[in-house]
Amino acid sequence: MLFPIHRPAGPQRVVVTGTGIVSALGIGWKINAEGFRLGRLTARPVTLFDVSRQRVKVAAEIDLPAALPVNGLTTRQEARLDRGARLLLLAAHEAWQQAGWEPAQELPFVLGTTAGGMNPGEAYYHQAVETPSRHRCQPTRALHYQAHTQARMVGEALGFRGPVRIVSNACASGSDAVGLAWQMIRRGHAERILAGGYDAHSQMVYAGFDSLQVLSPTVCRPFDAGRNGLLLGEGAGVLALEALPHARRRGARILGEIIGYGSTIDLYHLTQPHPQGDGALAAMNLACQSARIGPEAVDYVNAHGTGTVLNDSAEAAAINRWAGARAATLPVSSTKASIGHLLGAAGAVEAVVCLMTLGEQWLPPEIALETPDPACAFPVVCQPQEVSLNVVLSNSFGFGGINATLLFRRWS
Amino acid sequence: MSQVFVCGLGAVSPAGWDVAAMRQALGRGVPLPIDLLARPGWSKPLRSRLVPAPKTIGRPPFMSQPRLRRASPITFYAASATLEALAPLQTVAGARYNSDCRLGVISCLNTGCVQYSCRFWGEALQDPSTASPLLFPETVFSAPASHVSALLGNTPSVYTLIGDPATFLQGLSLAIDWLEEGQVEACVVVGAEETNWLLADALWHLEHSAILSGGAGALCLSLNPAWSIGTALTAITSTHTITRRIGRAAAALAMRRELPSSQTGDLLCDGTSDSYRSSAPELAAWRDWTSPRLSPKRILGEGLMAAAAWQCVAGVDALVQGQYTGVNVSLAGGSQQAIGARFERIPLATVPPQPAL
Repeated sequence: MLFPIHRPAGPQRVVVTGTGIVSALGIGWKINAEGFRLGRLTARPVTLFDVSRQRVKVAAEIDLPAALPVNGLTTRQEARLDRGARLLLLAAHEAWQQAGWEPAQELPFVLGTTAGGMNPGEAYYHQAVETPSRHRCQPTRALHYQAHTQARMVGEALGFRGPVRIVSNACASGSDAVGLAWQMIRRGHAERILAGGYDAHSQMVYAGFDSLQVLSPTVCRPFDAGRNGLLLGEGAGVLALEALPHARRRGARILGEIIGYGSTIDLYHLTQPHPQGDGALAAMNLACQSARIGPEAVDYVNAHGTGTVLNDSAEAAAINRWAGARAATLPVSSTKASIGHLLGAAGAVEAVVCLMTLGEQWLPPEIALETPDPACAFPVVCQPQEVSLNVVLSNSFGFGGINATLLFRRWS
Repeated sequence: MSQVFVCGLGAVSPAGWDVAAMRQALGRGVPLPIDLLARPGWSKPLRSRLVPAPKTIGRPPFMSQPRLRRASPITFYAASATLEALAPLQTVAGARYNSDCRLGVISCLNTGCVQYSCRFWGEALQDPSTASPLLFPETVFSAPASHVSALLGNTPSVYTLIGDPATFLQGLSLAIDWLEEGQVEACVVVGAEETNWLLADALWHLEHSAILSGGAGALCLSLNPAWSIGTALTAITSTHTITRRIGRAAAALAMRRELPSSQTGDLLCDGTSDSYRSSAPELAAWRDWTSPRLSPKRILGEGLMAAAAWQCVAGVDALVQGQYTGVNVSLAGGSQQAIGARFERIPLATVPPQPAL
């Protein structure tokens, strides 16, 4: 039953036992960790659709492999997977393997996405408008446009089934999905959950961001005084979350612990954050309250840092206010400089990046940074660094004023 | 275990812009008239049931809120249903609910903001350099929740859940979590959809006899008995996921087994419609039900997430009106899951004195 349920006496500790990551840096932990550690850049001319009439013509694209990993889908089902579902499947497969989970009858899947099945949706529209009397493939597209179909396909591919929850809190969706899964385990809804976020490039979303004139025509430089916009990316991040006793019982290798989560909304504007970052500040404070730590315990902030003038100034103000004196020595960077803004996948992929930094003890640099914005009271990481990290914080913000913050602790 | 009270209901449907209009339409038991939607390139129009214009002189005041000026119909539906659901709370808690009572907002959508998506996509294909930057942000799933929150203020927790129509009950479950965790004192869960030709076309491809409709339904929940309108949410079943091996019929049956059998004074509010194919799983699952049934989709149309919300609202409204003592809500979803819920009437006389906010 979803209600009433028997709740544990106290909140459960939640650990991560598997991760999967797909970004423009590549597929899997190793190649991504190497890329993030060095701050590799991935922007390139868009090849997936026509951008000849767009203002900006670059993005961070993923080269998908010709074949998917061995899975439980039929050839026909596999052929129907759109780009977003493929990204999700690749990330989920890696997390599944790393966690060493077996096929299950009742495994919740909590996902964040903004566009879900936008590609089948676009194809549906094209056919409906251009050849209205042709109906071939339209029923399948209508089904696959719905994000839960993609989630179902991944469940069938990996051999698990269970409730699917899909959060669509704009660009905070990935973080909120991980945060929601964390809360569900703490509240006793489940002992383990596969959680993450995904979004694939689509022409409509690209045109949308271009229409807002927020895409960088040059290089994406979050927190740079001369920043001029964001780089659109695509990808997926998936985490295998478990209640600590469950992970211990099966002797799982623990990659890190999620210790805090905060989700807020600022009511300032549909697309602009509050200039002083009120909502972001509230999310960071809420996450710290739930983790029972203060800013002094945080060793690194993986910022939302899109590279737009408005986001970065508001986020800088929020970090300054939240960290206080700690800001002067608190390293901050945005991995969107490397892989672009992954929208609904961003928070989940950045959660995996945070676990990489904790596991391997380095900071991801923004190597294209030229002049840090003087509004930043904190140092922006611009060179590869090996450091000692115990707690890291990840911010994600989205349209509608939605803000989410996650806190991770090293497992030792 | 907490007792969860319903403290307000709201609805926008092809019957009109409040619960009373929906109640009257359902009471008459006659399917609402069908509107025709032109489909580009086709001589045969698509069938739909559209939400009528509000019966107010000029725009309803909430539509003039600065954030809602350019919003799409789905936002107006969600906002109107939410405000109606919060009206009793405002009466009981007074104007203080905005400052003292933290509200959660959970918006549940299946297809979301399709009207502006179609418009923006059409513009972008024609000439991306002139595609409207005002339209694009309104295409995002989370736009209605954001606008509704801006309208209400003091909404610390706001989520948008997407999925098939049974997701509405996941929304109620999440609201209960927020209430029990003390994140909010009240939480409104709103399910909304809007209509356009592309969506009607897609629905036609999946189910020829289905008639698309739009609107919204909202329930406000709280743990505070003093805010109750005389009904409690007593159960939400497990999520019975639909897979290749477990079809809608098996999922619906598993859901039905978690809800009480027919008793005197009970109502079943189901999701069956005129489409036999989509209704068959629920009809089979509830074959043994002998008490009265209410099937809002037969009257109002296939409102997807809005229809799921209408089922809950109509069921609870029947309890509030004193017609029944308990209602089972059956949501067999579309392609994701089957979930059910039970609401019961509670005597208002037993409600303890109102605690301080």
